[in-house]
Amino acid sequence: MYDRKTVRRRRAVLGLLVAAALILLTAYFGESAGGGLHSVQRGVFSIVSPIQDGASRALKPFRDAVGWVGDTFDAKGEVEDLRKERNQLRKQVASGELAAQENIRLRKQLSLDTNQGLEQYVPVTARVSGTSPNVASHSINIDVGTSDGVEVDMPVIDDAGLVGKVVFAAGGASKVQLISDPAFGVIGQVAKNGVRGPIHAAVGNPNDLVMQPLKRRDQVATNDLVVTAGTVVSDTERQSPFPKDILVGRVTGVDDAGQDTQKAHIRPAADLGRLEYVQVLTKVHGD
Amino acid sequence: MEPISPQLLLRLGALGIVTVIVQIAAIGQLEIFGSNADITPLVVASAGLLCGSLTGAGYGFAVGLFVDMALVQTLGVSSLLYLAIGYGAGKAQELRDPQGAAVPVVVGAAATFIAIVGFLLLQFLLGVDAPVSWELLWDILVTILINAALAVPVHWAVRRWLTPALPDDPRRRRRRAYTTGGLSPLSRA
Repeated sequence: MYDRKTVRRRRAVLGLLVAAALILLTAYFGESAGGGLHSVQRGVFSIVSPIQDGASRALKPFRDAVGWVGDTFDAKGEVEDLRKERNQLRKQVASGELAAQENIRLRKQLSLDTNQGLEQYVPVTARVSGTSPNVASHSINIDVGTSDGVEVDMPVIDDAGLVGKVVFAAGGASKVQLISDPAFGVIGQVAKNGVRGPIHAAVGNPNDLVMQPLKRRDQVATNDLVVTAGTVVSDTERQSPFPKDILVGRVTGVDDAGQDTQKAHIRPAADLGRLEYVQVLTKVHGD
Repeated sequence: MEPISPQLLLRLGALGIVTVIVQIAAIGQLEIFGSNADITPLVVASAGLLCGSLTGAGYGFAVGLFVDMALVQTLGVSSLLYLAIGYGAGKAQELRDPQGAAVPVVVGAAATFIAIVGFLLLQFLLGVDAPVSWELLWDILVTILINAALAVPVHWAVRRWLTPALPDDPRRRRRRAYTTGGLSPLSRA
């Protein structure tokens, strides 16, 4: 089919391409975040992000149409679960309202400001402009960056709860590592009793977060709400990049309950597969 | 090795940019049975099938580099994988010249498998956590099935887009002649 000279030339070109890929990989992996390849990547990312954002807006009707079909099927299965949850929540609301009233009264006595909420963290609203297609990758691109006050390590939330943190910020766009990424970690706290523990994504299942290790005496039960503890290490008061009391999710089960090896499984509150708008908390520590 | 015409180069470039942007901005955000479709390896494989192994390899390298830039991933990972996909698809076409409607499906499924499993393997080699579990295997299987279903329309679209710029391949010309009856030995008999 090809003469020997052509075959040699073809092999040389192929070898060069493979070598170029390997050199890129090694050089990128070895250099710091301020290195040449990272800078080039940041530049390209800044250029491509607005295009991605425009395409994301333009293709929204298409996404909505496909999503509507999927949602209709999912909704049927969710109705029964949601009814059970509603009944349980009605009971909790009654006791919660009493606690809230008491909380307001006590805070007034202590002269604490109770009207700040999340606004104190100066949230910047962002649109999700891209998602990694690989099943092993847990990140999204958003359309705000350093020009909007966004920096690396800032927490990202949506209206349901914690979403992740910023791991890369360019001028007008950023990359967010989701809480379903095995490399992500946050100290959580069971809302009802303050039990604390580190939370990571479960092995291979992005919809399952694991709170572990926990002590034998720590009481965690199914349906308990888990929020961020606001500290770096459990049982210490070092400040975390994540503010206190951001909802992480709800406990779906506890393995080895009452043992030293017990661990709690948590379903994330945020629907990480269908994020559209998120908020970056740009001023967590008031600095 | 046939030289690539500027027209083919332009069409391949435009196809790559549009594919990656549509994938990241729209298709990647659609959840289907808990997983996502990924048309990028399908497009690279189709380009390899239509343009040959070396053009496929070069195209895969370039598209992979763009993917890594746009998703802020480790540079070189996607380039290496898509290079293998483009080269493999082109080589299969050159050596076996496979025909039939199922070819894009099989090649698309194989390309998706290489893209996902290769990504996991490279992540593992680079020391990044790449946990394997039944849920992940299920996700991989679902993605391969979705991509296999998308392979035929994607291949059709890529062929339509690239055909005007492709050099006239003698094998393709011969097949065309057979289907129109021009060179068929049966028609001469």
